[in-house]
Amino acid sequence: MTGTHEMGDYQTVPTLETFGFLPKLTQQEVEAQINYIIAQGWTPSIEHEHPSRAFNHYWTMWKLPFFGETSLDRVLDELEACRRAYPDHHVRLLGYDTYTQSQGVCFVVYEGRG
Amino acid sequence: MSNTYQAGVKEYREKYWTPDYVPLDTDLLACFKVTGQPGVPNEEVAAAVAAESSTGTWSTVWSEYLTDLEYYKGRAYRIEDVPGDPEAFYVFIAYPIDLFEEGSVVNVLTSLVGNVFGFKALRHLRLEDIRFPIAYIKTCMGPPSGIQVERDKLNKYGRPLLGATIKPKLGLSAKNYGRAVYECLRGGLDFTKDDENVNSQPFMRWQNRFEFVAEAVLKSQEETGERKGHYLNVTAADPEQMYARAEFAKELGQPIIMHDFLTAGFTANTGLAKWCRENGMLLHIHRAMHGVIDRHPKHGIHFRVLAKCLRLSGGDHLHTGTVVGKLEGDRNATLGFVDQLRESFVPEDRSRGIFFDQDWGSMPGVFAVASGGIHVWHMPALLSIFGDDAVFQFGGGTQGHPWGNAAGAAANRVALEACVKARNEGRELEREAKEILTEAARHSPELAIAMETWKEIKFEFDTIDKLDVK
Repeated sequence: MTGTHEMGDYQTVPTLETFGFLPKLTQQEVEAQINYIIAQGWTPSIEHEHPSRAFNHYWTMWKLPFFGETSLDRVLDELEACRRAYPDHHVRLLGYDTYTQSQGVCFVVYEGRG
Repeated sequence: MSNTYQAGVKEYREKYWTPDYVPLDTDLLACFKVTGQPGVPNEEVAAAVAAESSTGTWSTVWSEYLTDLEYYKGRAYRIEDVPGDPEAFYVFIAYPIDLFEEGSVVNVLTSLVGNVFGFKALRHLRLEDIRFPIAYIKTCMGPPSGIQVERDKLNKYGRPLLGATIKPKLGLSAKNYGRAVYECLRGGLDFTKDDENVNSQPFMRWQNRFEFVAEAVLKSQEETGERKGHYLNVTAADPEQMYARAEFAKELGQPIIMHDFLTAGFTANTGLAKWCRENGMLLHIHRAMHGVIDRHPKHGIHFRVLAKCLRLSGGDHLHTGTVVGKLEGDRNATLGFVDQLRESFVPEDRSRGIFFDQDWGSMPGVFAVASGGIHVWHMPALLSIFGDDAVFQFGGGTQGHPWGNAAGAAANRVALEACVKARNEGRELEREAKEILTEAARHSPELAIAMETWKEIKFEFDTIDKLDVK
């Protein structure tokens, strides 16, 4: 007890892993993360899923990973197209790292209402 | 050397000091820091260490002539001064690979740090580093899952993981303990941890703990939609009980168990690691007793050797210290053995205490665990030092939050994600630490209160700033 603050109640919130505890990223902030993926030489990729199935490892891929893509605008366009096609779904952006055979980045860009 | 047997005592250096020797790629190489008794020549001491840790004994014996000891002997092939220590010197020894049983760090250590450490001709002896040949590494299983598989299983990418050791470490009932676990996990931690002292005491038997903790883990997963775990400590009095606890953790659907590799021993650890590989369980490794072995600068075994041995024996996480705060002088040394846990090749680098090139081949990496005495203000420095492939464990820094564990967990998670985001945006974490955290706290009353609660540890924060200068 610090004495200077009233005791608060922490409500459990459903979060979607990395960046789930930050305010929704602005367009500019999303762009910075895409630039980071491209600068690392990783492959941008987009996935979407209905919120009721979001706990599964596999979400549905939007097209194929964008191999060799270095254009920020192209990735933004694809994110937007995916959101328009699946407005109820979560849409996440990931960066495939071939060296680690894993994902260097993965976060939800748009939250679907389900 | 003559081929006829003559009884008596020979000088070690006749046989075991070979300055012209060029080590083979298959040799196991070791570097010892040696402090000899006054009056004994360095070459003789070096040769004695090589002899006593391989084929030699104090007297000549006739049965040596039934084999080709030239093939089996260890060779001291180099001596170097220790900077800043006029008494001690480094001895480099090459051991033929056939001296060691395949896949057995137990056998390697029994030879290299066995009787030789009590040898009277030495005042002090410290094993500084071992170069394991890739041929030997390929005989060891290593981590049950490794960093990438763990990330895939837990769906956690692009950031370090967050944990906390449940406090008070002793004396809670199983149900109250599970409550503390649940609160941390629902608040945003990825993991909670049994304290190393928690095994199966009268106040909390292991079955009860496992059951209540499992409920806490599963419920927090359902409510948050994220994958969670608690390191269930299966360290036990004997291997049979250890495996029984591991099996029960698996039955309860838990993803990870924990083990103390030094107090329980490498045989137990290697066996448990193999069980984890077979059963798809992650393995967290604690290092109680390491300070006894690695803290004295002139005697014992450096932690980088213990860390390498653990990677070979098997574990998915290993405690490495936090670097920040009191241990800042060890930043380079810590980064040196963190590399040994995570990288596939580590080049010789004396400024990091690395005496040999080390090729790990395809052996999976181990998460570095930074735990103890850290709080939100340390987050930028921790991320800058350790990068993503680490677990940051805030025990008091989570459970000491004025609103309790869940709010403390959320504060840490917000701080971590703000730092990851800032790093990806190209900001300098350690220089802009205060701005990054202050911005993040605007959206998180939990973080704002955590920052205020621990702000009096101001001098530590200043110290972190100083660490920026390399």
